[in-house]
Amino acid sequence: MNEKTMTEEQYFSEVIAEENICVNENLVFEKPETLLDTPMHYCPGCGHGVAHRLIAEVIDELGIQDKTIGVAPVGCSVFMYNYMNIDMTEAPHGRASAAATGIKRVLPDKYVFSYQGDGDLAAIGTGETIHTCNRGENILIVFINNGIYGMTGGQMAPTTLVGMKSTTTPFGRDIAIMGNPLKITDLIAQLPGVYYATRCAVNTPVNVRKAKKAILNGFKYQELKKGLSFVEIVSNCPSNWKMTPVESNKWMEENMLAYYPLGDLKVPAKEN
Amino acid sequence: MKELKLMKGNEALAEAAILAGCDAYFGYPITPQSEVLEYLAQDALERTGMVVLQAESEVAAINMIYGAAGTGKKVMTSSSSPGISLMQEGISYIACAELPCLLVNVVRGGPGLGTIQPSQGDYFQAVKGGGHGDYKLIVLAPSTVQEMVDHVKLGFDLAFKWRNPVMILTDGALGQMMEKVELPVQLSRTTEEPDWATVGKPKTRERNFITSLHIEADKMQEINLHLQKKYREIENQEIRFDKFECDDAEIILVAFGLVARICQKAAQLARQKGIKVGVFRPITLFPYPSNELNKLADKVKGMLTVEMNAGQMVEDVRLSVNGKIPVEFLGRMGGVVPTPEEILHKLEEKFVGEMV
Repeated sequence: MNEKTMTEEQYFSEVIAEENICVNENLVFEKPETLLDTPMHYCPGCGHGVAHRLIAEVIDELGIQDKTIGVAPVGCSVFMYNYMNIDMTEAPHGRASAAATGIKRVLPDKYVFSYQGDGDLAAIGTGETIHTCNRGENILIVFINNGIYGMTGGQMAPTTLVGMKSTTTPFGRDIAIMGNPLKITDLIAQLPGVYYATRCAVNTPVNVRKAKKAILNGFKYQELKKGLSFVEIVSNCPSNWKMTPVESNKWMEENMLAYYPLGDLKVPAKEN
Repeated sequence: MKELKLMKGNEALAEAAILAGCDAYFGYPITPQSEVLEYLAQDALERTGMVVLQAESEVAAINMIYGAAGTGKKVMTSSSSPGISLMQEGISYIACAELPCLLVNVVRGGPGLGTIQPSQGDYFQAVKGGGHGDYKLIVLAPSTVQEMVDHVKLGFDLAFKWRNPVMILTDGALGQMMEKVELPVQLSRTTEEPDWATVGKPKTRERNFITSLHIEADKMQEINLHLQKKYREIENQEIRFDKFECDDAEIILVAFGLVARICQKAAQLARQKGIKVGVFRPITLFPYPSNELNKLADKVKGMLTVEMNAGQMVEDVRLSVNGKIPVEFLGRMGGVVPTPEEILHKLEEKFVGEMV
């Protein structure tokens, strides 16, 4: 029967039937195997879900699901092990990089990454972060910087911007009282043990692609045993910033990215 | 013929770790136990491939242990009192996540920075919890350098049998003193991966994850009930103790670790004076040999607990005896070690008058 002479009903049942459409050659988007079906607890518009997915995509593409061990922090991403289909450990607050060190040292041929927020990595865990980086542990650290404590309900983070309101800086962060926001990625980029340090975001399709490339680099350098890779992802927190997701992305671009500019802070020297 | 070596307690313990096939040691220097890390740093890697890493703090060290223990490897750390205090959060996580590992506390006098001299002031911390929440360590108390060696393998065996952290609770004197020891044979490092370990998820199994977070109250209670059931089972199966001339004794000295040896000397001095004294030495401080002490209480007139602290284990002795007989206490603190003579004096002062 000619498509032109078909009734609408016939057209739907015979030409664009599910079994005709849902075929491999038409597949443009699917859930990575490394991501589980568990619905995420993250707030609408939060960057964590995208960052999780990027890590999962990279693990799938490298085919290293069976060789990867992740370390989740204390903070909003504490339940990361409920979303990632890989072996994971949930570390005490601030100690993810120490736990990752322990894992990597006894399993040097496996891939190990930690995933940490700003309070975890740059406040309570600063010591562990600096020394893990300084030892050049052959791991990847993914650092989510949204300038606020999410899980505990919007308190000031080490990365909270000057003048930015939080529940513990209700009149805005005052340098005289709380000092300046900590650019920890700039700090650790100075350490010889760090092979690669970059700052990304997941607020636009272009930035998402760049962030994925950075995570991919981190795993590849680990394969080559080059030392520590550090990927900061500047993110948003609509709930605690008290904004809609769209407003939060706009605010992030105008304020967070002005203080935490995107781009590489340390790239491997060209090897000839 | 047995080969005997003269070794310092801390070094003998470190050697025993290599011989036990320990996979990794993470630690931070603190007197009086720095020799453990120093000894391992010499050639442990060369000999067995054991990982030895000096961490930036005790907090980092215990979290390296937490990560590495999760892979199912034999891992250990050692420290002394203030350092062990810093590790308590991590120890609580490890206990809740049921990870096997060996912790060594070469106790020094406290509180605070205290002294580097020997003490037993961390009994409560080791036996009653130390960190937050309801958990138990299996606690071994060596009294000789030989036991410092023997308790390493025993500690690892118990840790893996029960998936529970084990602590060797010793003191600065045992760590520093030299005695002859017989070393065990070299065990190879195991290649087995326990089915719960985070080593990378093959297609053939579900993912493994290690956590101590259970938001729902019912679930967290379930975890607690499971742990408590395990601890009761440990109490049924793993109690260890030593008795010295208790059979005909009228008075029992109760002491653990080094102090039990001083008590033996005191008991000998007492017997020379015609006072029948025995010594009861708990080797496991958790699980505690309560039933044995309770049974002994039926046969003797009194007990004297001797400790290098203000009176910690004596509470457990009194609970065990449950009022059947008087339980007296002699304690020295701040690094002071009790002498056999003062123990004898205390014993006569408290009990001999009544016996006549």
